[in-house]
Amino acid sequence: MKIKVDDVSKQFGHKQILKEINLELEPNRIYGLLGRNGAGKSTLLNILTDRIFPNGGSVTMDGEAVHENDKLLGKMYLMSEVNLYQKRARLQDLFQASRLMYGGFDDAYAKHLCDAFELNPKLKFGQLSTGYRTIFKLIIALSLPVDFVFLDEPILGLDANHRELFYKELLDSYSQHPRTFVISTHMIEEVANMIEHVFVIEDGKILVDDDVDHMLAQAYVITGPGETVDSYTEGLNVIGSESLGNLKGNYVFGKLNDTREIPDTVQISRMDLQKLFIHLTSEEGQAK
Amino acid sequence: MQFDFSGQEPIYLQVANQIEEGIFTGAFKEETQVPSTTEMSREFHINPATVLKGINILVNEKLVEKRRGLGMFVCKGAYNLILEKRKAAFFEDYVKKIVLEAKNLKLTEVELVQLIKRGFQSNED
Repeated sequence: MKIKVDDVSKQFGHKQILKEINLELEPNRIYGLLGRNGAGKSTLLNILTDRIFPNGGSVTMDGEAVHENDKLLGKMYLMSEVNLYQKRARLQDLFQASRLMYGGFDDAYAKHLCDAFELNPKLKFGQLSTGYRTIFKLIIALSLPVDFVFLDEPILGLDANHRELFYKELLDSYSQHPRTFVISTHMIEEVANMIEHVFVIEDGKILVDDDVDHMLAQAYVITGPGETVDSYTEGLNVIGSESLGNLKGNYVFGKLNDTREIPDTVQISRMDLQKLFIHLTSEEGQAK
Repeated sequence: MQFDFSGQEPIYLQVANQIEEGIFTGAFKEETQVPSTTEMSREFHINPATVLKGINILVNEKLVEKRRGLGMFVCKGAYNLILEKRKAAFFEDYVKKIVLEAKNLKLTEVELVQLIKRGFQSNED
């Protein structure tokens, strides 16, 4: 089962949030949706799950429109910052309500997660701290029998131990029941090795749509004396640079020039996903 | 096991190298089980597909094998295979670098040989 987004645009008032977005989500993969604040990530996730409607374009699942299609919407779950639950409702009742809405709920797994995170399901939603509200929503996201799980900032308010536990449980659950996850987060370093494919969204447009391995294989840092570095990287796609005195580092995204000889004083090393993201989406990287 | 996530070497190669190192040092003995893909994925927050890609390198090198329904096991003779492979790479990986640095430091061949002899002697102490 595949989700296809075709030419989706969205504007709020005069502000264009998304501009003709095209992408595909394949079964059983873990995607990262990265973008700076206000880039349009949440808007896109809300459109995917039919919580808001685009001004143009369509979202389809295997060719069938998702809009107002309960059967298809039942195959996706969006966990987001918004708290849709009544403060006075007990967690265990909310689990059962989710079962009714999605036609299934893994009680045993939810119990396992409650124990692991030390969350008492007899509590009321309103009694939970920010972190535990996030944990509660994550438990629902992982226990529903859906094919597509969208996680919008899934670690909001979680301490380091709970984040670690969440990543473990997510990968464990994914290994046992493969399904598609789309994780939108600012904690890039923490998810960099979990995600297979990444979408970088900038200014309402898809800037990168690529496998993480492939993307990182063409990201280089060239360091050495300023002039040597500049002449070696001339004409290449330099997305950023840093200097310390005459020592300079140029960040290159794209092919290096194989015919050019590498000067002795220059060092070529690799970039991690977070560094690459920062330079791609900074003002300087934008101009390219 | 520890992974360098700063991006210097692709993670799947690191997975392969770490397991190989484990076999070489005896942490994973021949004919015993190595951690499963799921275990490694969850422990180190690495996508299972990436872990599998690393393990497949070792399968191709005949260092580990899949036993249906049981998991991945270290092959018999894996230690010797690694030993031979590393011996073959020793010249490229180490000797060349040592000679290059010795030249930079203006050490003569005789001096270098003496240093190597000293290294062997201090190891015997």
